[in-house]
Amino acid sequence: MNTRSKLFVPLVAILLGFVLGAAILIATHRSPIDMFYAMLQSVSGKNLRADTFNPRYIGEFVVQSMPIMLTGLSVGFAFRTGLFNIGAEGQLMMGSIAAVGAGLWIQAPPVIHVILVLLAAMLAGGIWGAIPGYFKARFNVHEVVVTIMLNYVALFLNNWAIVEVFKSVDRIKTPPIPPTALLKSDLLAQLTNGSRLNWGFIPVLLSILVYWFIIEKTTFGFSLRAVGFNKDGAQYAGMKVNRNIVSSMVIAGAFAGLAGAVITVGTFSFGRALPAAEGYGFDGIAVALVGGNAAIGVFFSGLLFGMLKAAQPLMQSQGIPKEIASIIQASIVLFIAMKLGIEYLMKKLKPRKAVTEEVES
Amino acid sequence: MKKNFVRAFCAFALASVAFAGSTKVGFVTDVGGIDDKSFNQSTWEGIKRFGQENNLTQGKEIKYLQSTAEADYVPNLSTLADEGMDLVVASGFLFESSMGEVAGKYPKQKFLIIDSVVKDKAGKTLPNVANAVFAEHEGSFLVGVAAGLKAKADKKNMVGFVGGMQFPLIEKFQAGFEQGVHAVNPGCKVLVDYAGTFSDPGKGQALAAKQYGAGAYIVFQAAGGTGNGVIKEAKERTQKGDVRWAIGVDKDQYNDGVYAPGKSAVLTSMMKRVDVAAHDVSAMVRDGKFPGGEVLVFSLKNKGVSIPGTNPNLPADITKKIAEYEAQIASGKLKVSEVPAKQ
Amino acid sequence: MAYVIEMLDITKTFPGIKANDKVTLQVEQGSIHALLGENGAGKSTLMSILFGLYSPDSGSIKVRGKDVRITNPNIANALGIGMVHQHFKLVHNFTVTENIILGLEPKSGLVIDRKKAAARVREISELYGLKVDPEAKIEDISVGMQQRVEILKMLYRDAEILIFDEPTAVLTPQEIHELMGIMRRLVKEGKTILLITHKLKEIKEAADYCTVLRRGRLIGTVPVAETTEQQMAEMMVGREVSFHVEKAPANPGPTLLTIEHINVRNAKGLLGVKDLSLEVRAGEILGICGIDGNGQTELIRAITGLATVESGKILNKGKDITSLPIKERTGLGLGHIPEDRHKHGLILDFRLDENFVVHSFDHAPFSHAGILDFKAIRSNADRLIAEFDVRCGQGGATPVRSMSGGNQQKAIVAREIDQSPDVLIVAQPTRGLDVGAIEYIHRRLVAERDKGKGILLISLELDEILDVSDRIAVIYGGEIVGMVNAAETNENELGLMMAGSVRKVS
Repeated sequence: MNTRSKLFVPLVAILLGFVLGAAILIATHRSPIDMFYAMLQSVSGKNLRADTFNPRYIGEFVVQSMPIMLTGLSVGFAFRTGLFNIGAEGQLMMGSIAAVGAGLWIQAPPVIHVILVLLAAMLAGGIWGAIPGYFKARFNVHEVVVTIMLNYVALFLNNWAIVEVFKSVDRIKTPPIPPTALLKSDLLAQLTNGSRLNWGFIPVLLSILVYWFIIEKTTFGFSLRAVGFNKDGAQYAGMKVNRNIVSSMVIAGAFAGLAGAVITVGTFSFGRALPAAEGYGFDGIAVALVGGNAAIGVFFSGLLFGMLKAAQPLMQSQGIPKEIASIIQASIVLFIAMKLGIEYLMKKLKPRKAVTEEVES
Repeated sequence: MKKNFVRAFCAFALASVAFAGSTKVGFVTDVGGIDDKSFNQSTWEGIKRFGQENNLTQGKEIKYLQSTAEADYVPNLSTLADEGMDLVVASGFLFESSMGEVAGKYPKQKFLIIDSVVKDKAGKTLPNVANAVFAEHEGSFLVGVAAGLKAKADKKNMVGFVGGMQFPLIEKFQAGFEQGVHAVNPGCKVLVDYAGTFSDPGKGQALAAKQYGAGAYIVFQAAGGTGNGVIKEAKERTQKGDVRWAIGVDKDQYNDGVYAPGKSAVLTSMMKRVDVAAHDVSAMVRDGKFPGGEVLVFSLKNKGVSIPGTNPNLPADITKKIAEYEAQIASGKLKVSEVPAKQ
Repeated sequence: MAYVIEMLDITKTFPGIKANDKVTLQVEQGSIHALLGENGAGKSTLMSILFGLYSPDSGSIKVRGKDVRITNPNIANALGIGMVHQHFKLVHNFTVTENIILGLEPKSGLVIDRKKAAARVREISELYGLKVDPEAKIEDISVGMQQRVEILKMLYRDAEILIFDEPTAVLTPQEIHELMGIMRRLVKEGKTILLITHKLKEIKEAADYCTVLRRGRLIGTVPVAETTEQQMAEMMVGREVSFHVEKAPANPGPTLLTIEHINVRNAKGLLGVKDLSLEVRAGEILGICGIDGNGQTELIRAITGLATVESGKILNKGKDITSLPIKERTGLGLGHIPEDRHKHGLILDFRLDENFVVHSFDHAPFSHAGILDFKAIRSNADRLIAEFDVRCGQGGATPVRSMSGGNQQKAIVAREIDQSPDVLIVAQPTRGLDVGAIEYIHRRLVAERDKGKGILLISLELDEILDVSDRIAVIYGGEIVGMVNAAETNENELGLMMAGSVRKVS
């Protein structure tokens, strides 16, 4: 695939997703214009109709984007090695548990404490990712099955830990995590009119950088990509396929674990019992898919889906049901999956400039 | 002193209301959604009733925002505050910390939390948040009496309770129910299960199947969306000739249990009138009497919890007995414990 | 005689390449017409235009004298044009009949009338001597049979003009012979055949006319009976070619690779290689010939480390490598040009420069402390591309998937030879390649031999074994049943040993 269609397909898919969302709104006698105003306001803080500006929306937009960028990196990293990591959700919860533990039990000076919390979360997520990696490498058990199961284990482990380990009084949240362990920032909150914007964006951006560096620049990334593209070829070339599978899942898990910490000590300031999985892992699949499993792609698609989430309050306030955002998200993913169809369509639309890369005799 | 402050605050609020002309009420649901046939839906019905009484436009002067995840609570509450709603309502103790956070950032905004009490770090209530709580154990006692008597009448000796998640609030339902059953039918066994979720009807049905399978004749569910599965299981069994009953929660769920014209598997319901709370506090805001910082208790005494006015499935002798207990509890003669007896 | 197909002045341009430049092709009714050209000469593009997969930039097409516009394969089908693709498009767990009727199932009511379909399939099969069992499942029949199913599919759809795209690439010599017979039978029954190939022998054997393309241009159309293979080869390549591999007698040195009594299990868990011993010496090419499936794959896998050896020893320069990991064997100077270049030889989605370093990316000069050195990787690619004449559109950045088979193979040869291993395991190195590429690879192997390397050549092509090897070992049933000097044997003797009827181990 050349660069042009690499960019073209997602852009067309996104466009079609929004067109479909708008069409449904029109069909149900609602205004798609309202939706686009709401989306615009949620990313820019600017309400064009009332001509008011509230930077809180920008802050919340970033807050919504951060965890799904990380789960997107998690899914994307595994994907690069040919693995389908459905388990980002569970790895995220394990990261969250570890973050709570490191927050409550360790005493350290401000910055160092947060760093320890983040590292603990990455470690826990990494271990949770190593399990399906090991089973895949050692016994050839499909990672999809194992990761789905582990999502449930993580969910119940989380809810058990909240009550039994962290001694929650009300059984739904842990005692507050001390401020030294939090990513919260009064400065950032003030700048954004009291939003929950926090220092979490620093580890998120670093993660994107690290992802790019590992995949594109290192020998490790080289062998991961080789395994992802052609397992047999990589094995023939002398690469340790099984070890790559495990390492890849560990790193994928670490990204997701970090997402757990960013939520728990950034968005919130305590551990929470969860009635059900919150869907960050599945959002990550969409983010990775739309972002083409590339670092920069994940960044932008993370912003896109973060926007869809962040626009929720404003959209609903305009009488647009929250399901519309889900429909748009789902149809974008669907259209991406229909990549070949889109390429065909674009060939049909421009018959004179047919794009064909393969020229055989 | 605090009261004075509140009064001054209310006076200010009244002034602004008078200018605006109408009282705008916004509502934020938890992850269960607006149509959960339970808590969120009831609250919204109360607000809608208030809207109808005051000619308010739905979607403008009264509106709701649904949440997809817990992380949405704060932005949803904040957005409504930004939009200048006169009262922002949220249902459920899950909102406790989010509302505390947002109320701190919007000191002039009036909030109502139903089912919980928002306190600051010093343990004091916030002046711009009204708190509505319920005496669920009292209402649950009454449905416990209904279950105990019904089982006895049909020569059954086991009933059940399915809770959403196990924490003190839901344990109040369990405690009241158990005491009610045993008050009229001391030998009756009460099975207890918690689903761990409020939004999984499948799980509710599975737990109901387990309890019915073990011999429970009537199951009381206090599990929100999960509880719909309990009712479904009761319906399916009764339809097949294996008569079982479910007891609804939060609102009158008789209609949810209908499996044939005129026949419902829902014996009665423990109505928790969150709609009354939402409606009444909205009216107080309109009238300039916002009870900021106060804890309003809705109990049997003020009809904040009750069983439905009509119960087609309960014979007159049982309803009569229930009425007797109701009077005793309302008058304070009978005390119902909030915590389940240790087993 | 009337032309059944005329493609006049066809031009088709792809970004950066003129795939067809005013090509004219006229095919007589009832003939076998060969289309000859090297990989990349524009044969497939021309046929794809005829089949409606591409539309030409200019030029016209006439079928049976009438101007037509073929904008999609359905129109081609309606005109009676059918294509037998190089890679079969069959559903493996369906029966022959089910595959054939797929898409136009005869129905009685809502139910597929299998009986009627099977009867029709059998009837066509007998008419053309295809001998296909309509009830067999695709996965149970040989590759040659599968190809006949593809042919049947065309005939079932009443195709009059059959395009065969490189039909012999996947067949054994015996199957090739049978296919030629079937083609002649088809023509006798009034069909017309267009045969895309680069194998001169086959053209000589079957075709009436031959149209030669080179780099998108028409070189000419010749009657096959009056043209020698040599002449056609020169038209195709544009210069003189030698079929014979020029080489001096071998000058064998010390033994490099020693295989002692190894046993290896195959994928089914049976012994694929039994008590096999071999020696490869410096400066010689040892050829292993045998019919496919007689233990060649297991032998290669055992030597290169992809399979574990049940018992016995493999030594490289006296060092026991029997249970070393692949990476360490490579490090000890063992190179491998694998049989399946797409599955094992290349990472098709990698760029060319990345493929050149799949063994060596993790050490200097291509990386330092785990960080890739793209400058070194690129200059390495530039050097190999120049040295081995690998043709690729964008240099080292070319996606390998977009390269022709011959150039993909050249890339592998370049990589393996460049690592200067002492021992080179070469499996089926010229499968599916054109004359020019074959010639190049053969010369290169001989050159490496002359530099003192030991080469183990495993091939199913008897000509190749005879031409290139110095010594020949014949493998049958997982055992070496013959060991002869290439100069002292012939096709006949080898054929008998390959069939297991003669043993000759000196």
